[in-house]
Amino acid sequence: MTTTIHAPLEAIRSADWQPICAYADLTPERGCAALVGSLQIALFRTFDGSVFAISNQDPFTGAYVLSRGIVGTRNDVPTVASPLHKQVFNLATGACLDDAGVAVTTYPVRLSDGVVQVLAA
Amino acid sequence: MTPHLPNPPKRLVVVGNGMVGQRFVEALRARDADRAWTITVLSEEPRRAYDRVALSSYFDGADAASLDLVADGCYSDDTCVLHLGESAASIDRAGHSVLTTTGRTLDYDALVLATGSYPFVPPVPGRDLPGCFVYRTLDDLDAIRAAAEHAAATTRGRRSGLVIGGGLLGLEAARALRLLGMSPHVVELAPRLMPLQVDEGGGALLRDMIEALDVTVHLGTSVARIEHGQARDSRRMLATLADGTELDLDLVVFSAGIRPQDGLARDAGLALGARGGIAVDDGCATSDPAIFAIGECACIGERVYGLVAPGYAMAEVLADRLLGGTASFTPADTSTKLKLMGVDVASFGDALAQTEGALEVTLSNPVDRTYAKLVVSDDAKILLGGVLVGDASKYAILRPLVGRPLPGDPVAMIAPSGGMPSMSLPPDAQVCACHGLTKASICGAIAEHGLTDVPGIKACTKAGTGCGSCVPLLKTLLAESGVAQSTALCEHFAQTRAELFDIVRRDRIATFTELISVHGHGRGCDICKPVVASILASLDLGHILDGEQSALQDTNDHFLANIQRNGTYSVVPRIAGGEVTPEKLIVLGEVARDFQLYTKITGGQRIDLFGARVEPLPAIWRRLVDAGFESGHAYGKALRTVKSCVGSTWCRYGVQDSVSLAIELELRYRGIRSPHKIKAGVSGCARECAEAQSKDIGVIATENGWNLYVGGNGGFRPRHADLLMKDIDTATLIRTIDRFIMFYIRTADRLQRTSVWVESLSRDGTDGLQYLTSVLVDDSLGIAAELDAAMATHVERYEDEWAAVLDDPERLRRFVSFVNAPGAPDPSIAFVSERNQPRPVLPLLGRGKALEVLA
Repeated sequence: MTTTIHAPLEAIRSADWQPICAYADLTPERGCAALVGSLQIALFRTFDGSVFAISNQDPFTGAYVLSRGIVGTRNDVPTVASPLHKQVFNLATGACLDDAGVAVTTYPVRLSDGVVQVLAA
Repeated sequence: MTPHLPNPPKRLVVVGNGMVGQRFVEALRARDADRAWTITVLSEEPRRAYDRVALSSYFDGADAASLDLVADGCYSDDTCVLHLGESAASIDRAGHSVLTTTGRTLDYDALVLATGSYPFVPPVPGRDLPGCFVYRTLDDLDAIRAAAEHAAATTRGRRSGLVIGGGLLGLEAARALRLLGMSPHVVELAPRLMPLQVDEGGGALLRDMIEALDVTVHLGTSVARIEHGQARDSRRMLATLADGTELDLDLVVFSAGIRPQDGLARDAGLALGARGGIAVDDGCATSDPAIFAIGECACIGERVYGLVAPGYAMAEVLADRLLGGTASFTPADTSTKLKLMGVDVASFGDALAQTEGALEVTLSNPVDRTYAKLVVSDDAKILLGGVLVGDASKYAILRPLVGRPLPGDPVAMIAPSGGMPSMSLPPDAQVCACHGLTKASICGAIAEHGLTDVPGIKACTKAGTGCGSCVPLLKTLLAESGVAQSTALCEHFAQTRAELFDIVRRDRIATFTELISVHGHGRGCDICKPVVASILASLDLGHILDGEQSALQDTNDHFLANIQRNGTYSVVPRIAGGEVTPEKLIVLGEVARDFQLYTKITGGQRIDLFGARVEPLPAIWRRLVDAGFESGHAYGKALRTVKSCVGSTWCRYGVQDSVSLAIELELRYRGIRSPHKIKAGVSGCARECAEAQSKDIGVIATENGWNLYVGGNGGFRPRHADLLMKDIDTATLIRTIDRFIMFYIRTADRLQRTSVWVESLSRDGTDGLQYLTSVLVDDSLGIAAELDAAMATHVERYEDEWAAVLDDPERLRRFVSFVNAPGAPDPSIAFVSERNQPRPVLPLLGRGKALEVLA
């Protein structure tokens, strides 16, 4: 199993990373939500084992539901579709692929000793 | 030959660095390659130009930097200089100079006034108290935020703010207060919200939808006075409305409109408009030919525009004129489409029907929460304008038609499903207002570049990449251009649903991964995954939440409940045939009461319990299953209900026992997964009280047995069912329905209801019903035995999905809101009480689209 870490910043102090759950708690090709302070973050484990973290709020409706969308690909980019009105978001960048002006926040995520950690200030 | 000396640069002074002033500077610099002008810009605010339209996003994660509008390099050399915190104090027109507020004198060859507007504050006693604010600048917003934070630190319970003015700006201010965690009140003198854009009917719906967001609206009244609150050391305030209502408040925001900032021009003796604003001609020149005015401070064509788009148009006109051009301003289209606190609102043309003799066509749908009105000429032939609230998707096609002959019946044009496909726009109609593209230019690009889909059009022409409201129209243009629509299910599978069904059945494929790796590519999407999940379930290949199948399910199937707009779920236990014992009815009431669920009777003779978060779903179902209930599959593309009348047991007209048959059918077909939902009905006599002819499968009792109808539909496109067989006995009836359902599952398209499917079966001169009769009754394809066996397998293997979840810790794991806080409820979900039941308060939109104003 390979796990890609989507964190560009090497310099980030380890204290800033928030432990969320065991990697094994993530269902392949499914999302789950995590509460970090008052932030709601949606975590996804894709087919190849990668983990992504984006905001859980659907920017089109305001409801906190993106973690419950269907995970897939579009043109080989990993995606999730909002469970309410099915707009598709790029998991890596947060960009909405159906509406060029819209994007959701993404968060750096990494694996440490089998624990998924997110950087959310 | 005399040497050619370049002219020395002329001096331009621009007063004001708002959105329009900045746009003007950039437009001029872009055109003035020879640097004929040196530019000095004065900004009264200590910040350079920022996006005032998106102001409330400042409380929603945006910071001052992300609102900045100034292009890189705009003020990087000394031919274009911006002075912050310095404004013009007076103009010396004879001396061609400006005296600034810091005492400097700036000489000019041309002077541009882009001073914008100031907030109108009505003369309410107490309006100067600390705690009263206006809503115009980032400094105003900082002050509002500080007051809100003080309130949060000192006030227990609900914090509330008052917004004076229920127009576009007032609702933006209310959104800002919501984002600060306050409960806003909005007071509007007019009898409706957004009185300039929206009519009475639209305003009423808008009010309902805004109030659902925890905003209290007071219409047709004003604020009589504002006073300090009772507690001595508190900063709280008390506002009294003209109707006597008293509001206990933490702060007050005035957003009752704007007035043109024309004082500087007035003092200099420039001509003003009748109701204020610096009078300019269509080249933006004032009564002094060396002085110009643009944006909200200008009165052009006897109008003052409070929208940014006409201001931008003036900026472009003036930039052209200062370089010797002849551009002129044409009266602007003030059509708007915007999202206010998540509610779509659009207004175009003569929205308020002020044209002599104008007629109004109105369609109000309180169920869907939509309102639409078209204003047409007195002969009902020309479209003059309109209002859309709740669903503004038709704005794209309606706005370009303003001033043109109506292409169809105006009622059909605003009906939910009506009219659109047959409405062909004229070639010069503007389709994409954001990028100014006509139908002819887009269709030209489709033909020239061989475009085949919407993403292709977007990439090639930019159409649809602005507000996106024209995207549905782009699909229509593709069809009009003769581009064949692919039958591929999605980008991952080139096959149709029926072809995939045959592959799975023939090759005994048991997983999505196996299917996509051999017959598709990529990792699937929200279209193909639920389709494959449904196919696997139809073939009875295990519980829908086991193994990889779990990841294929839509959220409804994933949680075995129906997602609602606020992210909660509803619960519908099966009540077969609509028959329920008093004991079970009491349990439903007790469960709804104990879990605080909104309770409503459905159209299918069941009871729907709304507002459950995911974590109590298993506890709710434990109680229901223990009381003898089972899943109603309201969440699935599956058999929903078999509705029945009371039948011959009680009814003096009944000729057969419709309830017993309905229960038998519902229990036989419960849980079966299909291309779309299936509804059925059984009536005990020809009076048809069960409305069976509006169902996919309808049964009506006769003196001699049953009549079987198929392919009926209510909903979006109503259709009466067709009579398939007459006066048949119960065994024949059930066998034929078995085959009908199984044949539908094998051959229908994704999300194709039986009504459309039956019509699609017509072949070589036989209609769909005749073909169906030949397959199901005469076994013309020789598959009847297969279909019968498939249904027998389904009936034999049926188990209650919910009971099977409650017994399995692995399946129960998913029912938590947060993986790292399994006990915590989702804090974004909140309710208010309405008619003694919970009603959701919708979370505010995050960093999505804030506000769009289009011209």
